[in-house]
Amino acid sequence: MNKTTLGFILLVVGGAIAPLLGVYPTFLMKCWCFALFACAFNLLLGYTGLLSFGHAAFFGAAGYITGQSIKVWGWSPEAGILAGAAFAAVLGWVVGSLAIRRAGIYFAMITLALAQMIYFLWLQMKFTGGEDGLQGVPRGRLFGIIDLADSMNLYYVVFAIFLFGFFLVYRTIHSPFGQVLKSIRENEPRAISLGYDVAKYKLVAFVLSAALSGLAGATKTVVFQLASLTDAHWHTSGEVVLMTLLGGLGTVFGPVVGAFVIVGLQNQLADKVGSWVQVIMGIIFVVCVLAFRRGIVGELMALARKTGLGSVAK
Amino acid sequence: MFEMLGITPQALYSQLLVGLINGSFYAVLSLGLAVIFGMLNIINFSHGAQYMMGAFIAWIGLTQLGPWFGDPEFRLNYWLALLLAPLLVGAFGVFIERTMLSRLYKLDHLYGLLLTFGLALIIEGLFRYAYGISGQQYEIPEILQGAINLGFMYLPKYRAWVIIASLAVCFSTWYVIERTKLGSYLRAGTENPRLVQAFGVNVPLMITLTYGFGVALAAFAGVLAAPIFTVGPLMGADLIIVVFAVVVIGGMGSILGSIITGLGLGLIEGLTKVFYPEASAVVVFVIMVIVLLVRPAGLFGREK
Amino acid sequence: MKRKILPVLISAGLMFAPVGPAFSQAAKGAAGGMKLSDGVVKIGVLTDLSGLYSDLSGAGAVLAVKMAIEDFQAMEKGKSFPIELVSADHQNKGDVASNKAREWFERDQVDMITDLVTTSTALAVMPVAKEKNRITIVNGAASTPITSSKQCTDTNVHYTYDTYALANGTGKAVVKQGGDTWFFLTADYAFGHALEKDTTATVLANGGKVLGSVRHPFPATDLSSFLLKAQSSGAKVIGLANAGTDTTNSIKQAAEFGITPKQSLAGLLMFLTDVHSLGLKATQGMYLTEGFYWDFNDETRAWSKRFFEKHKRMPTMVQAGDYSSTMHYLKAVKAAGTDEAQAVMKKMKETPINDFFAKNGRIREDGRHVHDFYLLQVKKPEESKYPWDYYHVRQVIPANDAVMPVAQSECPLVKK
Repeated sequence: MNKTTLGFILLVVGGAIAPLLGVYPTFLMKCWCFALFACAFNLLLGYTGLLSFGHAAFFGAAGYITGQSIKVWGWSPEAGILAGAAFAAVLGWVVGSLAIRRAGIYFAMITLALAQMIYFLWLQMKFTGGEDGLQGVPRGRLFGIIDLADSMNLYYVVFAIFLFGFFLVYRTIHSPFGQVLKSIRENEPRAISLGYDVAKYKLVAFVLSAALSGLAGATKTVVFQLASLTDAHWHTSGEVVLMTLLGGLGTVFGPVVGAFVIVGLQNQLADKVGSWVQVIMGIIFVVCVLAFRRGIVGELMALARKTGLGSVAK
Repeated sequence: MFEMLGITPQALYSQLLVGLINGSFYAVLSLGLAVIFGMLNIINFSHGAQYMMGAFIAWIGLTQLGPWFGDPEFRLNYWLALLLAPLLVGAFGVFIERTMLSRLYKLDHLYGLLLTFGLALIIEGLFRYAYGISGQQYEIPEILQGAINLGFMYLPKYRAWVIIASLAVCFSTWYVIERTKLGSYLRAGTENPRLVQAFGVNVPLMITLTYGFGVALAAFAGVLAAPIFTVGPLMGADLIIVVFAVVVIGGMGSILGSIITGLGLGLIEGLTKVFYPEASAVVVFVIMVIVLLVRPAGLFGREK
Repeated sequence: MKRKILPVLISAGLMFAPVGPAFSQAAKGAAGGMKLSDGVVKIGVLTDLSGLYSDLSGAGAVLAVKMAIEDFQAMEKGKSFPIELVSADHQNKGDVASNKAREWFERDQVDMITDLVTTSTALAVMPVAKEKNRITIVNGAASTPITSSKQCTDTNVHYTYDTYALANGTGKAVVKQGGDTWFFLTADYAFGHALEKDTTATVLANGGKVLGSVRHPFPATDLSSFLLKAQSSGAKVIGLANAGTDTTNSIKQAAEFGITPKQSLAGLLMFLTDVHSLGLKATQGMYLTEGFYWDFNDETRAWSKRFFEKHKRMPTMVQAGDYSSTMHYLKAVKAAGTDEAQAVMKKMKETPINDFFAKNGRIREDGRHVHDFYLLQVKKPEESKYPWDYYHVRQVIPANDAVMPVAQSECPLVKK
């Protein structure tokens, strides 16, 4: 059994028993939502080499659509979450089509600027509640049977959604499509010369990433019963970059690790140190970029390789 | 004509003036970004934070230094701040470049963006911790207080000064880069650093000083801004994203392009405020979208 | 094969390590004499500790609540039931507040959450409290819908002020003093809209005219273009339906463009701390409505001086309200013999409030604390004789004039 399979098992088992061991479920659910968000982001940055600085647009948009559909239109939670993810996919298609016209740093700046524009649009629209946010989203009953107001029920549903997204990303990375993405990251001109329609591949990857980010945002709205501007703010875009970078770009488990560490840190530090949380995030960013580019999982794998603990299955 | 549009000439001209002022800030800031990007190929995300630092140094100089040194009369006035803040923040920029940025040149340029983003978080977080999030007030210097009655509107003297100062700085920068020998070294260093180094020009030093200069421009804009906007840790954060959009619209190719685009977009924003105020926050981004569809390289840009 | 496990285990460990401290705490036993959940009355102060409202609320709010607890324990001569205080920074974000409240209620058995500055945090926490049957006492947030819309809850008290009171106070008074043409400068989000709406109604009801309004992005760095619009309208009064730095910027820039003193500004939501940071020169003559002024009478002065000794700044109405409401809550807990929410709420609504903050204040069925307000006008610099001497009290607005009549409320808790 190779390392990745072992990792899966640990992930599934760990996630399944953690709340039973007394870990506060709502905190865990937040971690899983961000872990999914980071995995989706990693698909784009770690595997396709595209740095989007506006991914919060999809995360937040799905949250609003899901909130609106469940609270105002009375949809059931699964329909609401799907609606949110679908909307994020469409938004991803629009943003991606525009941003892919440029590459590298321009791409990042365009995604940032577009996300900011979308942020301002959300601010204006009545249904989002602007600064107040979309409050009081009921949790409802999944498929009409499972009552999601119970934290434990909701936890396993959220965990299942995370696993679904996680495996989807995993399958994508390890498919022929994923190989092309990696080749685009490594050497785009060569990929073009081999005849691949690079722009189309990038767009598909972007839409997929946006859709899964939306799935994460939609689920988060159901957990916290609230969709707010914070989720669409560029600080959140920066956070997901940090999570992925810290965890390990281009690794399977990296984003999950990164998400848990960052959400955990924020949770522990927010009460004690206030504004310093932002400073610490910044320091982690700087340190990662200068000296820790492979991230936690990346460094661990490199360590494993160096000390002869076996090969890496990426 | 004005009655048909439902506005008075006074309203229109005063809005255009305000637009011109905002445009001046956009111009100076996007100029700084363009200069840095030209030489280093790095987007300086901490530009907004450095703009904020300039404003804060001016404010600290005016109000805080006295109490620190126990002499309440001691203060660094506006004019000194205009000189000193860019120097100090520029030096800080040189420090950043030497210790951190220079390590990233051999890597993907996106790391530079990420590093400066992290730095922006640190700088803003520290100032937030020290001064809270509410803004501080900065008095307009005496000589520039008051307004000139132009008949069709009141022109605050300080705002007129902002436009003049910005244009002067932009024009001198453009002149140095496009028309002097030093500028030609810079431009050559951008195109082909190895070759220029082979000719005996100290390229790393040029790069360091260029970054320092770009940062100093940001701080200069900060001091100009201090009397107009409240001086707060987040004053640069949302502004910098608009400047990014300006840069995308203008294209990174030419210095002149970033100046003209900055001014132009300020004017357009001002006009939007007259006719359709709710859209004023997004109009720059909408224009960016249009430009991307029609001319992806930007209005003045050259494909690299 | 086993050697490969190590890095994976480390990753897993790192993944779950931050999760460790999130383990829940065991419940404590009951205290003797009173039926208290887990034996202690826990009060949580959820406020803005570092952001744009940290001056008017923030650490001062935590201090005020602490003072109330200490004073209550002193009154009980050491025989009071155990009381604990926790506090957290919600950063003016509804999701952070809701998250924290949930954690406090579910994991830490907090019984009452107070302060809750910024409407979005109040509206986010109130339903969570209702679900868990705990009490919220809102002091910091403004919007009237907290008690007058369908979002009202029966475990909530809105203690210090709301937008209706502000609108009715300042708007009415300014019109009566001759400011009968208005133009609004409104922050383009729910709070600004609510404030504009309430004030427009008041101005019209008192024979004034609203010449127009302009909405500015929130937050706005440069209000000059919007102010110029206000100037060209020729209105006698420019109503500032915004808060924080938007308000202070508006005032500053209005002076720059020569808009004041020809036209006057009405700061629809302003605090003592705003006037302090802007200075009297910039704000002189402005009208505003507050629910408390430290220099109003001997009682308010006495309490405020105590507060000032610890905080080095005079209290705002929010901080005073935090103290007063906490004291009222603790007295209600004592009277009810338990900290169970419904019983305590009943006592709080039954008992009138008579302290330095309010005389004959009472809490209505929808949770609204009905008390007097003050119409204030900022003094000229030469009129101010000592630090923090900022206001003339122009009028005491009687309690019943300052609250939205139940007939207009959409809250199901009030009988119409």
